[in-house]
Amino acid sequence: MNGMLAIYFRELLILRKRFFRQLASMSVSPLLYLIAFGLGMGRDVRVEGHSYLEFLVPGLVAMNSMVQAFAIASEINIARFYWHIFEEFQAAPLRNIAYVTGEVLAGITRALFSTAIILVIALLSGVVLSYNLYFWLAVILNSFLFASLAVGLAMLVKSHSDQALLTNFFITPMAFLGGTFFPVDRMPGWVQHVLHFLPLTHAAKAIRAAAFNLPPDPFSYLLLAALGALFFVLAFHWVNRARE
Amino acid sequence: MIRIENLTKKFKQLEALKGISLHVKQGELFAYLGPNGSGKTTTIKILTGLAVPSSGNAWLHGFHIEDDSLQAKRQCGLVPQTINLDHELTVSENLQLHGKLFRMPAKERASRIAELLDYIGIADRRHSPVKSLSGGLKRRVMIARALMHSPKILFLDEPTAGLDPAIRRRIWSLIKQIQQGGATIFLTTHYIEEAEFLAERVAFLDEGRIVALDSPGNLMAGLGAWALDELVDGSMETHYFRDRDEAGHHIRQQEGRFSMRRVNLEDVFLAVSGKRVLP
Repeated sequence: MNGMLAIYFRELLILRKRFFRQLASMSVSPLLYLIAFGLGMGRDVRVEGHSYLEFLVPGLVAMNSMVQAFAIASEINIARFYWHIFEEFQAAPLRNIAYVTGEVLAGITRALFSTAIILVIALLSGVVLSYNLYFWLAVILNSFLFASLAVGLAMLVKSHSDQALLTNFFITPMAFLGGTFFPVDRMPGWVQHVLHFLPLTHAAKAIRAAAFNLPPDPFSYLLLAALGALFFVLAFHWVNRARE
Repeated sequence: MIRIENLTKKFKQLEALKGISLHVKQGELFAYLGPNGSGKTTTIKILTGLAVPSSGNAWLHGFHIEDDSLQAKRQCGLVPQTINLDHELTVSENLQLHGKLFRMPAKERASRIAELLDYIGIADRRHSPVKSLSGGLKRRVMIARALMHSPKILFLDEPTAGLDPAIRRRIWSLIKQIQQGGATIFLTTHYIEEAEFLAERVAFLDEGRIVALDSPGNLMAGLGAWALDELVDGSMETHYFRDRDEAGHHIRQQEGRFSMRRVNLEDVFLAVSGKRVLP
């Protein structure tokens, strides 16, 4: 518990020191997407019975919580390959589970922070949705899944460039194809089958349903929780791989 | 205090350690010398949990480094070769984080930070961001951080690498003070004079093997007290003598240009390995 809090404490300290930079950086992309896709397409375009802007906001929440939770991998890699602070953690009497939990919590915190920014921007754009328990549960599960995946992969990569490759090949395509900007069911059948294997598709679906006050699909929540648990366990085992 | 038995480490094709065995006594200041790539840092990384041994065993204060790794880690503090402070945090925050990682209660952390920053002479910089400190100050903060949880064993991996001579000497006196406080110190260095000044015993490492192990005095006495360097056909030859008179006699008997000096640990390493520590 203490070790986990120490790791989380460090990430929070860094987040606090970079507060305004982070705030600006986390605001830029949702703002651009809202302007370019949301306001640009106007309120007259309707998707699934809602204005496109209303359709877009939950998708942006899903996408940004994924991106920000996964960004913890970059922080870990900077600590590992650039500042070598990871050695301080390796030399400390710290269990793998404490390290992984601390970093995953930090990833979830970043994701929640970025979600709050999007909701404020959405509110200022006149979009009011339902931010109920199911909404936040889906955001947290999505963040948990991608933060756990990020910590695990950060233990396996050998350099910064490896990390950039993972982001370019997995996170960026998922961000655009996982039901963020358009309904997945408008794609051809075979593409829909492929997209249903992406966790972000289920996160966007669950977050959007909750935001529209529709009944939750338990499968999406169970899938996110199960994948999150799997990645968490893998991350826990892969911490040892980071030792020389 | 530190017991190592037949420790090996292989990195794919490279055999970095080839069966190291040694015992460092409680309160001893032990220096581990060798040229770059001889296996010094690999040994420290294995002992402190940063690397996994390929075979062999080691115990820190009676705790096995792999089977009882958490207890073993609690016994030691590490000052690695590379500066690994959190540059975004202040001096005090770096020490706080270390204290939290070692489960120190908040009150104890606060008093220990004040005590250590005073001890290393940078109490006035406690709220300075680490990135604003000079290289020498960063090294001192790293030593303070390693001492936060009052370890019984302190590993110092090239603690003065890249520092100017005046700062190096300040760090030497700090290391001496730490040892006088009762800690066992395991020091790697390729500065011969550092080992001579600080260490009670020295192990020479060459290509993953210990090639000599004794006190600096005993190791040097095996060669003699004085050395004459002579330039012969463009290469340096060194002759060793029991005393200064014997060396002077040699100069008078032989023709050539000689340079007379005291024998040092570099001569010992040269004699046992045929190489210089600093090529």
